Amino acid sequence: MGKTNGHAQIPDFAKAQEIDAYRQMLLIRRFEEKAGQLYGMGFIGGFCHLYIGQEAVVVGMQMALKQGDQVITGYRDHGHMLACGMEAKGVMAELTGRRDGYSRGKGGSMHMFSVERGFFGGHGIVAGQVPLGTGLAFANKYRGNDNVCLAYFGDGASNQGQIYEAFNMAKLWHLPVIYVIENNKYGMGTSVERASSTTHLHQRGRSFDIPGEEVDGMDVRAVKAAADRAVGLARKGEGPYILEMQTYRYRGHSMSDPAKYRTREEVDKVRNENDPIELVRKRLLEHGYASEDELKKMDGDIRHVVNDAAEFAQANPEPDVSELYTDVTVSA
Amino acid sequence: MPTEILMPALSPTMEEGKLARWLVAEGKMVKPGDVIAEIETDKATMEVEAVDEGVLGRILVPAGTEGVKVNTPIAMILINGEAAGAPAVKAAPAPQSPAPAAPVPHPAPAIIAAHAPEDDLPAGTKMIATTVREALRDAMAEEMRRDPDVFLMGEEVAQYQGAYKISQGLLEEFGARRVIDTPITEYGFTGVGVGAAMAGLRPIVEFMTWNFAMQAIDHIINSAAKTLYMSGGQMHCPIVFRGPNGAAARVAAQHSQDYSSWYAHIPGLKVVAPWTAADAKGLLKSAIRDPNPIVFLENEILYGQSFPVPEGDQVVPIGKAKIVRPGRDVTIVSFSRGMSYAMAAAEEVAKLGIEAEVIDLRTLRPLDMETVLASVKRTNRIVTVDESFPVCSIGSEICARVAMEAFDYLDAPPTKVSGEDVPMPYAANLEKLALPNTAKVVEAVRKVCNR
Repeated sequence: MGKTNGHAQIPDFAKAQEIDAYRQMLLIRRFEEKAGQLYGMGFIGGFCHLYIGQEAVVVGMQMALKQGDQVITGYRDHGHMLACGMEAKGVMAELTGRRDGYSRGKGGSMHMFSVERGFFGGHGIVAGQVPLGTGLAFANKYRGNDNVCLAYFGDGASNQGQIYEAFNMAKLWHLPVIYVIENNKYGMGTSVERASSTTHLHQRGRSFDIPGEEVDGMDVRAVKAAADRAVGLARKGEGPYILEMQTYRYRGHSMSDPAKYRTREEVDKVRNENDPIELVRKRLLEHGYASEDELKKMDGDIRHVVNDAAEFAQANPEPDVSELYTDVTVSA
Repeated sequence: MPTEILMPALSPTMEEGKLARWLVAEGKMVKPGDVIAEIETDKATMEVEAVDEGVLGRILVPAGTEGVKVNTPIAMILINGEAAGAPAVKAAPAPQSPAPAAPVPHPAPAIIAAHAPEDDLPAGTKMIATTVREALRDAMAEEMRRDPDVFLMGEEVAQYQGAYKISQGLLEEFGARRVIDTPITEYGFTGVGVGAAMAGLRPIVEFMTWNFAMQAIDHIINSAAKTLYMSGGQMHCPIVFRGPNGAAARVAAQHSQDYSSWYAHIPGLKVVAPWTAADAKGLLKSAIRDPNPIVFLENEILYGQSFPVPEGDQVVPIGKAKIVRPGRDVTIVSFSRGMSYAMAAAEEVAKLGIEAEVIDLRTLRPLDMETVLASVKRTNRIVTVDESFPVCSIGSEICARVAMEAFDYLDAPPTKVSGEDVPMPYAANLEKLALPNTAKVVEAVRKVCNR
């Protein structure tokens, strides 16, 4: 059994779950490392916000979902797309602004969608996705199905007023939405303590009587256990739930952030002592679920997928110039 | 001395109402605060309270009388046993209200019908006199019957029956699942509506007025208008944002702005601003069926005005202007309430021998410049009429396009009539000055025609 989560003991993963979680988190990490490289080489333009360090959050949450559930998030979104099952090639080609990217090159890093995979973006206005996600949950209730929506946002967004407007309606109308706060400790360059009058963000739903809990967002098992609780309640019609994921981003806010607001030591400490992928790796070896060689092979396979995606994203042509005026409106 | 009780103005735009019921009989004592009568306006039924103590001496307007003008004496109160003679003191009953609004020019429906055959209606289509208010309600009700994914959300749309009574009866017919009262949180509920549209539902989001939608404009533009493009055509957002736009009457700067050019500026939106009840109904039906986000700009002053509306399931296409009055000497282009001034001005200048062609844009995005340019090429003169601030207005855009695309046809500079470049004043005289009116349009037409 793992460490406590403020609730029950965290159940261990079965072998298949551990391996699956490891593979998915590693894919996100390798993908983001490659995206960082391509950005440095000038293949990716504009803003590019990497998810490195936070992988256990989306991977654990996704394990509680089923067909028809929806996911929506802000601009640090590549990990969410991969966790939803979107193709690495299509995501990377969108990052490079190419025609076979998920948005045909017209959205970029912050604006990708896959209705088929239940991923509703990819939104660039801080907290804008929270009322939108509440609306997706509204549609589930309107249709009378038992699907739920995960609306992700960060500690920085948690001070935006529209979030509390959404909380109010979600509770008032008992909407099946789980608000996942990814508390990575910094809203751009401002620490939670410097931005928030209260820093226990899982308590932000108290005025609306929305239950919330704090979760070790570096432990994928803890995330999955919390997700199961919250999703289960929402599916039963018990309304919204808040999960505050204690997590950490290793890289800057975006590629252009020199990260002078924290020390190298602070980052290294998390990386060395509490890395979400390393924790799973250790358990896989300890339990004998995988050997060093098998893990090495898995890493090689993932690097292969990511390299393929990177090559594709560089070789794929830019959108045809005729695309400038398409998709502004749809024909009635 | 007897005190007159006057017909009260119960809203900023009320001009008349129905004296529904007297609750006190002649000869009975009343005290301040006693409810003495009920008055029905087109928006609501309101109670009239006595403000003086005395005997209800005489009822001047019997129960059931329709069309009682504001400030008409409706009864007399006798104080201290006096007889019901000629009143010396006038007192308005509670609730005390500001002086009634300046009269609104009502275009005569007969003129409209004569000059404006409805769009491609089958022969023999029956026309029914309908207010813009009823037409909007009918459009929503018909579309909600047609498509179970259509629902209405907004402040006071359900139990209160609409702040302006546009959604009257919808809760009763469609229930609370589809007619949804929201908290007063424009930003939040607009985002919820857009999210529901992204999931494939077809929300109608009512703003009590477009002034309040400034709190929600981020979701209208960043979430609704841009997502189709940002997703490479994947994410549709079939949603209608609707409510009254522009100046009402005596509600001052924060409640009296025309947002037409704000939304017409945005790629990804369609923007509709009807004048007649027939267009309000037909265009709202089209808007609800359209797969794009639609900004539907209504006008509070027009809500109570009656126009002939074709019976049945008639839609009006978005994106098509209409020549409401043909003429050869000058083109007047307007939309929404501006059409009232444009049509009245056309009547006026006809007396001077100027035949004005009046075009109702009806849709502001996409703008039907084809119809405007073809008209200007015939008349060689153009005056635009809108109620917005003059800078970067719809009129500005039309004048610029005409100058760029029909320069060689022009015999006079393109001319704008618009609101003044000031926040809307409260004082009645200043408010009047700040808005366009028929005289301003007549003057502009005479100027471009050198008459």
